[in-house]
Amino acid sequence: MAAPLEILTAPLPAETDPGDIDAYMAGGGYGAVRKALKSMSQTELIEEINASGIKGRGGAGFSTGMKWNLCADRFPRYLCANADESEPGSFKDRHLLEAKPHQIIEGMIITSYALGINLGYIYIRGEFFQIIDQMEAALEDARKHGFLGADILGTGYDLELYVHPGAGAYICGEETGLIESLEGNRPYPRLKPPFFPAAIGLWGQPTIVNNVETMAQIATIVDMGAEAYKQIGSEDDTTGPRLFGLCGHVKKPGIYEYDSDVTLRELIYDAAGGIRDDNRLKGVIPGGISAPILTPEEIDTPMGFGALGKLGSMGGTGGIIVMDETTSMVDALLNASSFAAHESCGQCTPCREGVPWMNDILRRIRNGQGRDEDLDLLLDICKQIHGHTVCVFGQAPGVWPVRTILVKYWPEFRACIERKELVVPPLEESYLRPDQYEHIPPVPGNFRLKTEEADAAG
Amino acid sequence: MATPLEFTEAARERAAKILDRYPAEYRKSAVVPLLHLAQEEWGHVSPEAMACVARLIGCSPVKVAEIATFYPMFNREPVGEHVLAVCHTLPCALTGCGSVFDHLSEKLGIGLGETTADGRFTLRKSECLAACDRGPVLLVNRRLHTHVSPEKVDEILTELEKG
Ligand SMILES: Cc1cc2nc3c(=O)[nH]c(=O)nc-3n(C[C@H](O)[C@H](O)[C@H](O)COP(=O)(O)O)c2cc1C
Ligand code: SF4
Ligand code: FES
Repeated sequence: MAAPLEILTAPLPAETDPGDIDAYMAGGGYGAVRKALKSMSQTELIEEINASGIKGRGGAGFSTGMKWNLCADRFPRYLCANADESEPGSFKDRHLLEAKPHQIIEGMIITSYALGINLGYIYIRGEFFQIIDQMEAALEDARKHGFLGADILGTGYDLELYVHPGAGAYICGEETGLIESLEGNRPYPRLKPPFFPAAIGLWGQPTIVNNVETMAQIATIVDMGAEAYKQIGSEDDTTGPRLFGLCGHVKKPGIYEYDSDVTLRELIYDAAGGIRDDNRLKGVIPGGISAPILTPEEIDTPMGFGALGKLGSMGGTGGIIVMDETTSMVDALLNASSFAAHESCGQCTPCREGVPWMNDILRRIRNGQGRDEDLDLLLDICKQIHGHTVCVFGQAPGVWPVRTILVKYWPEFRACIERKELVVPPLEESYLRPDQYEHIPPVPGNFRLKTEEADAAG
Repeated sequence: MATPLEFTEAARERAAKILDRYPAEYRKSAVVPLLHLAQEEWGHVSPEAMACVARLIGCSPVKVAEIATFYPMFNREPVGEHVLAVCHTLPCALTGCGSVFDHLSEKLGIGLGETTADGRFTLRKSECLAACDRGPVLLVNRRLHTHVSPEKVDEILTELEKG
């Protein structure tokens, strides 16, 4: 059994207000900033982050070191810390924002210093009212203590960081949507490639967009050193501590910190205490609503980004949604699809039209009016959206939940159509076994049935 | 044409601080925070409020309208004194948000998106509020309530009636 970690979740001294900078400093806080600014050069810092092997925690699992190295050699450069956390099933960023605002600020200061950035923003979703207030106060305190502003710690380095609030749109979490939002435009994502934010970002300048947990981890890396950091987890997959959020039908929902070698089974049955009422597991979404679902036979996987990718799923945000045998997968998918239909930004046609269309079809299946051709039609619409949109939203959360829940729980969807009502078949009859569908690499979430039905659907 | 709105002195000071966060040539970046400020002042963002924000930024009102109409958090019509939003995405659905919404709807005698006749309450649904481990969750104005049950809804409503 993997052992829980207490690195990011290390408790603050009892009775301490998480925003209280003096208490944070008494516990060694802002030590990473001092170490970085006083004793490390920019090159050394970038090398340290590279050596740590850290992959970004915003969802894509992209190497942070590589992102920093891609930053174009132009100034000014800007930093945007992404605290838009709106992916259903994800709540680790809220946890960190509530519990460790100063650690996030530390990471932002170190990142800015390493990359020669003098102005940065933390983009916090608008519904996080209390978090926004707390973060603004924390930034003010950091400024008063000389960690922000002009000539930080007497090093001659200047930095200003501000909160920028969102206003309820999921698409602002996508990095180029975030930048458009920050510029005061409609947050329509930008087409990439050719230009990524590290080349042309905020106000046309090189911009680093990193998730807030990534920011907190940067402080951890500087604190413990890359050498120690990469001992956590595995170097050939994902290094460093991870925050896994378990929710849905588990006995003890919450945030659990482990390395990436922990298996999904261990997280569900050991960390989170197993399934409510000791029911049997029906399916689990391992990294936020966009991550392709896994069936009960597939949960002995480690949680690294690479390992989950091999299964045709993804690490995503580490938000794990557990569903027991009483769950209607038709209802669950309809819910996921309604979210996507509501949040499509509307910029491009396949997503704006296709995602709500799939939602309509799923709703009629759920209401007992599904047609024989509906499942094939859904797969066909998936194919038409996939890869044909401006941003990844079209796929995740647009296509992947539909394609993967539909393919894996095909018998349950068929039963609803045939019996013209919502049915939850016995667990054994509700889903296919891994040898009955195949994963089409390299795109995660692309599953194909191995049945004649699928061949007909193409 | 309705009478133009003007921010109070205190709000104008806050607006100036907000504008200070962005380089002088990119004042438009302040549009979302300024719309939040306007909504705090007047409860919703009317065309007059948008014009007021536009004057502060120095852009045309239609530019502000383009933004205000995109984001779900900006109310374009007056809302109740208390806005209640039940999270209804998958994790909260798995933990029973449906019964919370139905109970609220019955107690208040209003449906989705409606406001009670006395202007006290508006009922909404929200998408994931990033507290899925503590569902079902309910956002009451600026405050998040977790582990909400029909009984807890009654307590929350009693509390609001008093306040
Ligand atoms: C539709 C969509 C929504 C996203 N939402 C978020 C989000 O809320 N928070 C976040 O950190 N990243 C989000 N991302 C990922 C960002 O685009 C970006 O990859 C990330 O912030 C980079 O940070 P990282 O490298 O530290 O992971 C989203 C991506 C997409 C396609
Ligand atoms: S894929 Fe969807 S969310 Fe992304 S730009 Fe197109 S319409 Fe907007
Ligand atoms: S689904 Fe309700 S808080 Fe996440």
